[in-house]
Amino acid sequence: MAKTDHAGRPIVVVTGMGVVTSLGAGREDNWRKLTAGESGVREIARFSTEGMKTRIAGTVDFVPLEQQISADLSERLAEIAAEEAIAQSGIGKRSDFPGPLFMAVAPIELEWEQREALVRGSGANESLGYSDILRTAETGRFHDFYERVLFGSLAEHIAERFGTKGSPISLQTACASGATAIQLGVEAIRRLETDAALCVATDGSVNREALVRFSLLSALSTSNHPAHAASRPFSKNRDGFVMAEGAGVLVLENLATAQARGATILGVIDGCGELADSFHRTRSSPDGKPIIGCMRRALSDAGLEPDEIDYINPHGTSTPENDKMEYLGVSAIFGERAHGIPISSNKSMIGHTLSAAGAIEAVFSLLTLEHQRLPPTINYEIPDPAIPLDVVPNKARDARVTHVLSNSFGFGGQNASLVMSREPR
Amino acid sequence: MADPREVWITGIGLLSCLGETLDAHWQQLHQPSTADTTSFAPYVVHPAVKVDFDKQIPKKGDQRQMETWQRMGVYAAGLALDSAGLKGNAELLSEMDMIVAAGAGERDTNVDLSILDGLRHAESREAYLNQRLLNDLRPTLFLAQLANLMAGNISIVHGVTGSSRTFMGEEAAGVDSVRVARARIAAGQSRLSLAGAANYAERWDILLPYALGRTLTHDQHRRVWERPGAAGGMELGSTAAFLVLEEKQHALDRGAKPIARLASIESDQVRRTSGAITERLERMWSGIAAKVKPDNAAILSGASGIAGVTEEERAFLARHPGLAVRATGTHLGHAPETQFPANIALAAAAIQHGRLYPACDGSGMERPMDARLRQVVVTGVGHRRGESLALVEAVG
Repeated sequence: MAKTDHAGRPIVVVTGMGVVTSLGAGREDNWRKLTAGESGVREIARFSTEGMKTRIAGTVDFVPLEQQISADLSERLAEIAAEEAIAQSGIGKRSDFPGPLFMAVAPIELEWEQREALVRGSGANESLGYSDILRTAETGRFHDFYERVLFGSLAEHIAERFGTKGSPISLQTACASGATAIQLGVEAIRRLETDAALCVATDGSVNREALVRFSLLSALSTSNHPAHAASRPFSKNRDGFVMAEGAGVLVLENLATAQARGATILGVIDGCGELADSFHRTRSSPDGKPIIGCMRRALSDAGLEPDEIDYINPHGTSTPENDKMEYLGVSAIFGERAHGIPISSNKSMIGHTLSAAGAIEAVFSLLTLEHQRLPPTINYEIPDPAIPLDVVPNKARDARVTHVLSNSFGFGGQNASLVMSREPR
Repeated sequence: MADPREVWITGIGLLSCLGETLDAHWQQLHQPSTADTTSFAPYVVHPAVKVDFDKQIPKKGDQRQMETWQRMGVYAAGLALDSAGLKGNAELLSEMDMIVAAGAGERDTNVDLSILDGLRHAESREAYLNQRLLNDLRPTLFLAQLANLMAGNISIVHGVTGSSRTFMGEEAAGVDSVRVARARIAAGQSRLSLAGAANYAERWDILLPYALGRTLTHDQHRRVWERPGAAGGMELGSTAAFLVLEEKQHALDRGAKPIARLASIESDQVRRTSGAITERLERMWSGIAAKVKPDNAAILSGASGIAGVTEEERAFLARHPGLAVRATGTHLGHAPETQFPANIALAAAAIQHGRLYPACDGSGMERPMDARLRQVVVTGVGHRRGESLALVEAVG
């Protein structure tokens, strides 16, 4: 077996995977529920949704926290998934991961509870000014807030916990973040900077303000009843995405060193593609050129032709715009085959895990390759005639899958695609 | 793998309290340092010079979609592309890679205050908060807060679309944006890249997190090396800095001139036990020591002025007494994500002039340097985490 790819670069393989979603913690639980067509979307219980159009999300409610802070949840989810991935890979020694950390995280801000604590601490009576808040801040009694709100804090904690090497990178490319984390790991291994990389993507940011913000952009589904039927990628009656939480982690290694240590190879990251869209802040270019170019670049980076892809894990958010544009892109690349190649959206079940989506869906793509079974697109009751795709409607099915294309497209013109395989060629 | 490719800096865009051209920065570095001690009292800030954003962001509609940190970044990115002779070159820009380091987005402090005020008297906290957020948040502000939207706006306004990545995490994000962009070019993964950051300091909500950590100085402008003696702390600065990094051959092919060579960047994150920062900087130094010719080299420090941390850096610098040192934070203030890219830019400017700017320090740390300047070592020690060292050199 070759140790280098078509371009003479090290082959990058996956030796460990970890995942947490609203369906549960761990690969097994998630895969069982995903292939059973279960949904993790539910009514939001974490805070009151009174007055809101959207009252549902794919929240992770089974992880105990001292306080319900988004950054704390994101960090905990990342920890759980990284623990699982590193244990599976058997790499390094405990708390001594032999490579860098690339970590997709949602931006961190003070939360309303924290702002209110500052106001209470100020003892301000009638007119409240920012100076009251700053005066309270200066007492040093809220030093914890400072530590928490620094963006680098999450990755530092994960880096310390697992003993990754070098400067941990925290990144944010909107809904493509998870794919970007993997791409950065692949590039570092190909540059021979490292033999291994820990690629983490996490998002625990279903909070009140985030829900309102996405609502204001009219991006969210308002089909609250029943919650599990709200995420309807590629259906005619799709009406927006469902916010969700989770984490996905991959241990990436250079094939040569992974084999040398006797690691089990779970899959290959053959190629990564990226192309930014300069059309609009929240909408993609109507001609689809950036997403088409993004998928083409991933295929070319992998040294594969479109004919060789036999399953697509789409971005498939269930927004009217994304699913239409993704179909346009897929049909431009795959031509007539677009109608026959299976393409199923994990988001129909777990919702849109935002910063974590690209990595969670990479884990699910690799599990699809491992089990040779396609998870379904659930809630597919009313097909959109404008999107004639085989979405693996409602029921999982067995299939022969050799190469998978996974897409992640985000606000700000962020597009990233990954090509993955079961075995090195 | 082939030999690493040489990485040139072929474009610089810099906007700060010192000006909006590299020349203006160079001139101002020869003046005594100043800062604004009244507008955000008791805090000391270094406000950016006022610029006409129309010059780099011609559409008002685009400007309205951004808050100031984004406008500053998009502006400086445009200056960098201009300086590299790339502006409007759709073919090259569509292949150009980009890594942006982003900090906190700006909030509507009036809305926040009004909601906080109301919450104190609300009958039902949850219902009140929901109602106010639904009524008072603006969708455009959300976009102006999204970390990756500075990069998004650079794509939209300037057409840089080869790739777009946004790093977060204060000083380390600024360092790693340039380090990864450089490493990709050196390894042949990229040929042309835009890297940089922007921070806007002139806002209470931006000062707040740093106030919570009690990391800000009060009342009086002090030069960086003099701050630890006075309890230490940062004076935040509004700064935007973008660098065009280019593979040497790519620059030669299109007839672009190098401003300087970006010879190396190392970054790390140590557990900050006593002496750890000094030791790690020293270890990084050993990686470039053989390349540095002390007679014609100097050190530009990104020291923040934080007590403890800045002394550790000072202890490292004291081990290299042959090299003159300047802390740019004295003039610029501290702009967490931007400090490192800005210092690479200023290092390149100094190399272009072939000399170092005058000392600005009463602590004895900075001393005059008259010799011709060919190399600059840039330090980047984060105020809370992250350590780095880079080497910028004259080409030819």
